[in-house]
Amino acid sequence: MSLGDSAIMLRRNYKHTVRNPVSVFNGVLLPVIIMLMFVYMLGDAFSVGVDYVDYATPGLILLAVCYGLGSTATAVNADMTKGIINRFKVMDVSRGAVLTGHVAASMFTNLVAVAAIIGTAFALGFRPAADFAQWLGVLGVIVLLSFAATWLTVALGLAAKSPESAGMAAVPLVMLPFFSSAIVPADKMGPGVRQFAEYQPFTPIIETMRGLFAGTPHTGDTVTAIAWCVGIALVGYLWAIRTFNKRA
Amino acid sequence: MTGRTAIVSGMRSTAIEVSGLRKAFGDKTVLDGIDLEVATGTIFSLLGPNGAGKTTTVNVLSTLLTADSGTVRVAGHDVRTDPRAARSAIGVTGQFAAVDELLTGQENLELMADLRRADHRVVAGLLARFDLTEAARTSVATYSGGMRRKLDLAMTLIGDPRIIFLDEPTTGLDPRSRRTMWDIIRELVAGGVTIFLTTQYLDEADQLADRIAVLDQGRLVAEGTSAELKRRIPGAHVRLRFAGVRELDDAARILPGATRDDDDLSLAVPGDGGTESLRDLLNQLHDHRVEAAEFSVRTPDLDDVFLALTGRPNSEVVAK
Repeated sequence: MSLGDSAIMLRRNYKHTVRNPVSVFNGVLLPVIIMLMFVYMLGDAFSVGVDYVDYATPGLILLAVCYGLGSTATAVNADMTKGIINRFKVMDVSRGAVLTGHVAASMFTNLVAVAAIIGTAFALGFRPAADFAQWLGVLGVIVLLSFAATWLTVALGLAAKSPESAGMAAVPLVMLPFFSSAIVPADKMGPGVRQFAEYQPFTPIIETMRGLFAGTPHTGDTVTAIAWCVGIALVGYLWAIRTFNKRA
Repeated sequence: MTGRTAIVSGMRSTAIEVSGLRKAFGDKTVLDGIDLEVATGTIFSLLGPNGAGKTTTVNVLSTLLTADSGTVRVAGHDVRTDPRAARSAIGVTGQFAAVDELLTGQENLELMADLRRADHRVVAGLLARFDLTEAARTSVATYSGGMRRKLDLAMTLIGDPRIIFLDEPTTGLDPRSRRTMWDIIRELVAGGVTIFLTTQYLDEADQLADRIAVLDQGRLVAEGTSAELKRRIPGAHVRLRFAGVRELDDAARILPGATRDDDDLSLAVPGDGGTESLRDLLNQLHDHRVEAAEFSVRTPDLDDVFLALTGRPNSEVVAK
């Protein structure tokens, strides 16, 4: 019953995503545009020790995941504030199914965006040294990151008062990649920002992918990255469920 | 509720049974001891102004809110102990159309059919019945208010609920859409469905309901058929205003049943609101060569009901 409901809800959320040009643009096209800006236009100006496209791709993958989430927060909130949640409740739709639909659709958008980024990266000369197992590792990190960030975003969307403020609540997720080692190494940043960039969760996640792509995975970063993802996922999930039960 | 037995010759004659229902949000009491009973296959209307507690009542009866105390049985199931069984018998169309704006009308109905595990074939029939076939493939975002309400109700009907809650189904609709909605509601009842309808329009309750309960500040202040309630409220009257005291005196002499207001130089003449009684009244004035400066016909509205039943103009004023 619940699995069936989840599938029905996923189909609904998927239709929402593909029909909303803003969410497709923000989630898929904007990260690609940002990649072209940083790598193709400005790439030669950054000296990071390696080819800039190889340096920037992992960070832009993370950025692509974050950019897809703004519309997730808005969509979750719209369900809660525009009355359709009451219809689902009266119809005895499994409560988890409504959220599962959003999470799955959001992760799907994330994966499409990441595929677009990796495709663009190859077109710009991306030459990773990763073997098959390391590629699987990258995929694992992306899925884990997307799962964690999506649950946190769903919680933010549920907690917000209106769809507009839900969209605002997701802004830090969009800004945070720039204050990590995504675009430039943290040690090139000014004091204060540098320490923040070194210790915020996105940096070890990016460094893990960088290591895997380079064929030289760092165990330390990987453990920290997984711990952050599991932690964020857990906080996001518990917060989302609590808020959902209170509101719905 | 006591008195009537719930089971008559194997059939349930009571669709909704509420006793001692109370609900407060924080220290604000919204429902203060509601008792009511709705017979199967009838339209029950809960009449009251904004803030009276109509939506809260619907939310409790439809399992969306839990009452603080009291019992609610819907289709024989206690909504507190067995909400799933109650939900399987009901449909709810709330005050704000609960439709999915990013889907088309047809997709909205198909979504409901999927969730109810019903065949998609019912969708075409509902679209035709609610006059939405032409708009079926366009996004609901482009629908008018009336179309949204119709789609909302069509969505509620999927799965054939036997008890339907309609929370202010015509508020904000133009007169024509309102008529259409009324026709649909009458058709549903003809098919044996029980309707629990809230409204802030006296004429709507009068047109549709078998029984009407008047809700004021969380309490039922009156309950009965439309005819029973009308006996308790002032009827239609014609208001005549005169240029001076002399004309008022003359008119008051020839119309002994009228109520006189000296400050306003006016007379309120009771009547049935029909054209014949109006002609008689005007002829009488003409025959006696009395001329009224101003003339208006008043039919009782919710304000009159409240004034008559509670002695106050309208609880909204108090609530603010």
